Amino acid sequence: MFKAKKVSKMFGGLAAIKDLHLHIEPGELVGLIGPNGAGKTTAFNLMTGVYSPTEGELCFVGENVAGLKPYIITNKGIARTFQNIRLFKSMSVIDNVKVGFHGHIQYSLFSAFFHGKTYRTVETEMENRAMHLLQIFNLQDKRDELASNLPYGEQRRLEIVRALAAKPKLLLLDEPAAGMNPQETKQLMALIHKIRQDFQLTILLIEHDMSLVMGICERLYVLDYGRIIAEGTPEEIKNNPKVIEAYLGEEALHA
Amino acid sequence: METLIAQILNGLSLGSIYALIALGYTMVYGIIQLINFAHGEILMIGAYVGYFSVAVLGLNIYMALLLSMFVSSLVGVLIERIAYKPLRKSGRLSVLITAIGMSLLLQNGGLIVFGTDFVPFPQVIERIPYRLFGGRFVVTSHQILIFAVSILMMLLLQYIVGYTKIGMAMRAVSYDKEAASLMGINVDNVISFTFVIGSSLGAVAGVLLGLYYQTIHPLMGFMPGLKAFVAAVLGGIGVIPGAMLGGFLLGIIEALVSGYWSTTYKDPVVFVVLIVILIVKPTGLLGKNTSEKV
Repeated sequence: MFKAKKVSKMFGGLAAIKDLHLHIEPGELVGLIGPNGAGKTTAFNLMTGVYSPTEGELCFVGENVAGLKPYIITNKGIARTFQNIRLFKSMSVIDNVKVGFHGHIQYSLFSAFFHGKTYRTVETEMENRAMHLLQIFNLQDKRDELASNLPYGEQRRLEIVRALAAKPKLLLLDEPAAGMNPQETKQLMALIHKIRQDFQLTILLIEHDMSLVMGICERLYVLDYGRIIAEGTPEEIKNNPKVIEAYLGEEALHA
Repeated sequence: METLIAQILNGLSLGSIYALIALGYTMVYGIIQLINFAHGEILMIGAYVGYFSVAVLGLNIYMALLLSMFVSSLVGVLIERIAYKPLRKSGRLSVLITAIGMSLLLQNGGLIVFGTDFVPFPQVIERIPYRLFGGRFVVTSHQILIFAVSILMMLLLQYIVGYTKIGMAMRAVSYDKEAASLMGINVDNVISFTFVIGSSLGAVAGVLLGLYYQTIHPLMGFMPGLKAFVAAVLGGIGVIPGAMLGGFLLGIIEALVSGYWSTTYKDPVVFVVLIVILIVKPTGLLGKNTSEKV
C-alpha cells in the first residue's frame, strides 16, 4: 500500500528525517510513535506532499508520489488530519465536510448557474454523503454550526470526517486524541476501529499516549531524532531497550 | 428634500461602480492578502476593450461587456501568474511593491498604446431621462443600466462564492491554504479563478465608468481604483458584503458632498471619513476581528 524507501528531509544542515523506511500493508492500522520533536509530523508532511523529500522514494499503490503537490496526493487517496486542529473555522460544519469532497465532484460552473441536472444531483448526493459521515461521528445535529463553535472533542472528530470525505485509501491521523479525556479517547478509538472496517481503510496514526497506541495498533514504528529506531508489535516495542532509552533516558534502563 | 433624493440616486449609481471595483480588491485580498494595486488598470483595460468592441467591432453593450470581462480576466490571470505567483513565498511587502510597479507599468503602457488623449465613450444606449414623482426627480436610463448591471454582477458573485464548488474552495483557501490543498484543492487554480472574478468585475466597472463619465483615458483607473480601495477598507477588507456597503456609502457621500457643498471637497471628505472609521473601528464596518491563527 505505502512504502517509504530511504527518505530524508534536510532543513538546512539539520536532518529532520534520516533514511526513513516504512511499509504499510492494505488494511493495517499502524502507529508511529516517538518523543517530542522526533519528526513524526514531518514524516506526515512528506507523505502528503507538504514537504518534498530531499532524498528517497515514497510509493503509494505502486507509484512514486514524492514531491507531488498536496492536492494531487490527496486526490490519489491519502488524507490526513492535523495535530493542531485546522478546520475552516468560519465555515459551517457541513461545508467543512463538503470541502473534503472537492476532488470528487464534477460539474461545470455553467451547470451551477442554471441549476442544471448534474448540479442538482451532485449537490444532493454530496449533502447526503456529508450527513451520513456526520452521523457516524454523531455530529449530525451540528451541521449548520460554525466549526469554530464546536467543543474541542467535536472539532477533532469533524477533522476526521473532513478527511474521510476525500475518500482516502490511506488515512493519516496526527494525534487524534490529543487533549481528549480518557473517556473521549476510548470512544474515539472505537470509532477509528469502526471506520477502518466500514470504509476499508488503512490507517497510520501518530500518538503520544503510549497506552493508547499499544491498545489499538497492530504494528508500531518508533521514531527518534528523525530515524526509525524500532519496529514491531506493541509487545515487542514495549520491551525494546532502545525505545525505553529514547523515552526515558539511558539511566532508566540500568535502574 | 428633492436635492437629497436626487443626490442619493446619483450616489447609488456611482457607488455601485465603486462597489464592483472594491469587490475585486477585497476578493484578492481575502485569498492572498495582497492589495492588488494594478486593479485600477484592469478596469482601464476593460474600458478600452469595451470601447473597441462597440466603436470598432460594432457589438452591442452586452457583448462588449462580455468581451471586456474576458480580456480583463486574461490580463488579470497573466499578471498573477507572472508577477505575483513567483513571490508567493516571499514577504507581503515585496508583492505589494510589485503590484504598485505593475500598476505603473500598465498605466504608462496604456499611454503608449492608447495615446494620451481622452477618448469619447460611445453612448451605447440612448440617454432617456425618466421623471419620477411628477418630475421632481430625474433618473437617466444610464443610471438604471449601471445600477442594474452592478447588482446583477454582485448577485452572481454571491451565488458563486456561496453555492458552488469553486466558491467553497475559495472560502477554504482564504482560510487556510495548506489545509485546503490537503483536502484535494488545487490552490493555484483557485487563486487564478479569484483573479478571473475580480478582473471581470473590474472590467464591468470600467465599461460602466466609460458610460458614466462618457470619456475614457489610460489613467482613468487610478482615482476610482484608489476610491474603491478606500471603500473596501471602509467596509472591512476581505469581507464581500463590506466591499458592497463601502462602495455604495462612498458613492453616496461623494454625491452628497458635491450636491450640497462643492465637488472640490468630495475627495478630501471621502478620505476623512475613512480615517474616522478606521479610528473608531480599525477592521472596517463589517470587518471581523482578526484573531491570531494558531
